[in-house]
Amino acid sequence: MADTIGRMNLNTVKAPSFREVRKGEVRKHLINLTVRNELGVLARIATLIAGKGYNIEGLSVGETHEKGISRMTLEVIGDDVVIEQVVKQLRKLIDTLKVKDITDTAHVERELALIKVYTATPRARDEVLRLVEIFRARIVDVSPETYTVEITGTEDKINAFVELVRPFGIKEMARTGKVAMTREGISQEEE
Amino acid sequence: MPRKGADIVIEALKEEGVEVIFGIPGGAIMEVYDALYRDGGIKHILARHEQGAGHMAEGYAKATGKVGVAMSTSGPGATNLVTAIADAYMDSVPVVFITGQVPTHLIGNDAFQEVDIVGITRPITKHNFLVKRIEDLPLIIRQAFYIAKTGRPGPVLIDIPKDITQKLSDVKIPSLEEVKESLPGYKPHLEGNIQQIRKAIKLMVEAKRPVLYVGGGAVQAEAQKELVELAELMKIPVTTTNMGKGAFPESHPLALHMLGMHGTYYANMAVYNCDLLIAVGARFDDRVTGKVEEFAPQARIIHIDIDPASISKNITVDVPIVGDVRIILRKLLEELKREGAKILYPEERQKWIEQIEKWKEKYPLTYSKSNKVIKPQYVIEQIYLATKGEAIITTGVGQHQMWAAMFYKYSFPRQFINSGGLGTMGFGLPAGIGAKIGRPEREVFVIDGDGSFMMTMQEIVTAVQYKVPVKVAIINNAYLGMVRQWQELFYERRYSEVDLSVQPDFVKLAEACGAVGFRAEKPSDVREIIEEALRIQDRPVIMDFHVDKEENVFPMVPAGKSYKDMILHDGKKPVEAETMYLVG
Repeated sequence: MADTIGRMNLNTVKAPSFREVRKGEVRKHLINLTVRNELGVLARIATLIAGKGYNIEGLSVGETHEKGISRMTLEVIGDDVVIEQVVKQLRKLIDTLKVKDITDTAHVERELALIKVYTATPRARDEVLRLVEIFRARIVDVSPETYTVEITGTEDKINAFVELVRPFGIKEMARTGKVAMTREGISQEEE
Repeated sequence: MPRKGADIVIEALKEEGVEVIFGIPGGAIMEVYDALYRDGGIKHILARHEQGAGHMAEGYAKATGKVGVAMSTSGPGATNLVTAIADAYMDSVPVVFITGQVPTHLIGNDAFQEVDIVGITRPITKHNFLVKRIEDLPLIIRQAFYIAKTGRPGPVLIDIPKDITQKLSDVKIPSLEEVKESLPGYKPHLEGNIQQIRKAIKLMVEAKRPVLYVGGGAVQAEAQKELVELAELMKIPVTTTNMGKGAFPESHPLALHMLGMHGTYYANMAVYNCDLLIAVGARFDDRVTGKVEEFAPQARIIHIDIDPASISKNITVDVPIVGDVRIILRKLLEELKREGAKILYPEERQKWIEQIEKWKEKYPLTYSKSNKVIKPQYVIEQIYLATKGEAIITTGVGQHQMWAAMFYKYSFPRQFINSGGLGTMGFGLPAGIGAKIGRPEREVFVIDGDGSFMMTMQEIVTAVQYKVPVKVAIINNAYLGMVRQWQELFYERRYSEVDLSVQPDFVKLAEACGAVGFRAEKPSDVREIIEEALRIQDRPVIMDFHVDKEENVFPMVPAGKSYKDMILHDGKKPVEAETMYLVG
């Protein structure tokens, strides 16, 4: 909006009778945070998001290559305008170093899932093994009744795999939530 | 040299220049109180309830601009501080709250007087700390003060387990540089982008009907001189919010006084009709905007604020400038002068000023006068006259607060101290005590309601103990008046649970507490007892003004409505209400 000021001529501005209230689209946002690994930092972030009435859909946290610095990737479904506000408030937290909504920035994202599938019959073992190969997943644990599959990829890929093995029966499943990183070479805003 | 954690606390507080602490001791904080006693270098005010201590620290901070300090023990001591912490958070008041905590090995065990105060206050503090290692203690205390007073100020809480206060350590008090380095994620933006400032100037030059809308941020930044200069140079009328009062002198010809729900007719008309709104340290609160769609519908908006998260939060702005209000205004004035910028449409600007003058004449701030009953507004006017407009005023929350905002004319920053954001009844008396302790040379009047007063009235004893001569004016209508007003206007006079006619004899109460009490029941008593009160300088005074019981606060814009729905003091709508697009 700011860049239109130069062209603005107040003489020709027709008086509107209403101030436009900005409303955004409701969609899933992916937010990257670099934080200091201090007591309560996750609670602060969660409190802030819950305070807006939003649910955290996905969350991954882990250490970075720097001591005491952690990286988080957060998935939240919300109104664009409110999320913009949330991002500004996350930046204000003392323990956050960088906060960026990367939803509309080119990025790579990966998620890891562990899926324990029932494979009691030889047919099931063959089928699941084949799916594992096709999806470049791995079997990391085997029991007489089950295979435990480790799969890494995008959300879509994991969802597709889950749907394909669902008919065999899923005993347990755990997903890490996404980790994401913007692609290099694309101009980055410093925040 | 190794010393106890408690001694480190006192040492660090002295390093921060703390002169006074408001608080109440208890089990978990006893070591710190012992260190305080042994040291003897910091004054302590023993409140009668921790909420009182918290509001005193706020009043002290709001009146002086320094960081206030409130201290309590763990558990109930800490939870009693919560209202004051939330209040300080909403009004951006720099206060450091220090709470004792059960020893580290008992944390999480439901120990006696244990509460997770860090968890409770997480959403209502700018930041908070639980001290886990004695080596971190001095750094945390200095970080707390740095965070509380820089950027957009706010409350910071430090929770110190008892064993940390008892352990010995020879850890040094860090320098300010070390403090800043230890907070890589905290860099308040102060300077203001010069490109944005130039855009703002262009808009100011081109505007025909500009208005400055000034909030508490301008008070915090102490930008009165710059504001007056800008308003005069560019001929821009100025409206101040409840929190912004005193940032621009209200006797100035360009002053429009307060805007919003209980704003003046002329301020609201000016905002409604302006083509440029310059928000300075204000946050477009719902009590200001009413219905957002109809707030300054014709205006471009410049927003100067230290908090990037305030920009375009409630209303989308055209030119945001993030930084310290005073620094930005100075730069803006420099640029204006350097460019020799001239108003593009001087005749239009003149017409705008004249139009505002007409609005001021047509519907000035007024009320129905009486010589039979005491009108609450009359009491405020008399306090204004008796104190020559130079007193610091604190208030509770409700009708009396709005009357105090309207009928006392404020001329300097930090003069009007009230609970704007949280709207805490009971704020007035303890805040007044804190303000008087911080600014002993000023008269401090607590303009209170009978409902508000009774929420923290135990602190009158604190004022007696420390000989704090605050003057408490109770605007006594024997009602929870603001609720009653809403019930009258919006609930067909169904006065549900607002009758406070059973109340203490406030004169006897004052005497029982060791204060002085006066009562006024007719208008002719009013000035006399105010003058009488002003002569008392060794103890607090309570003045009980029996006012017109069903007097209402007008003008009023009903909640969620637009300025077009304003009700004037006679209960009528202004004539132009239907055709407010007169200008432009």
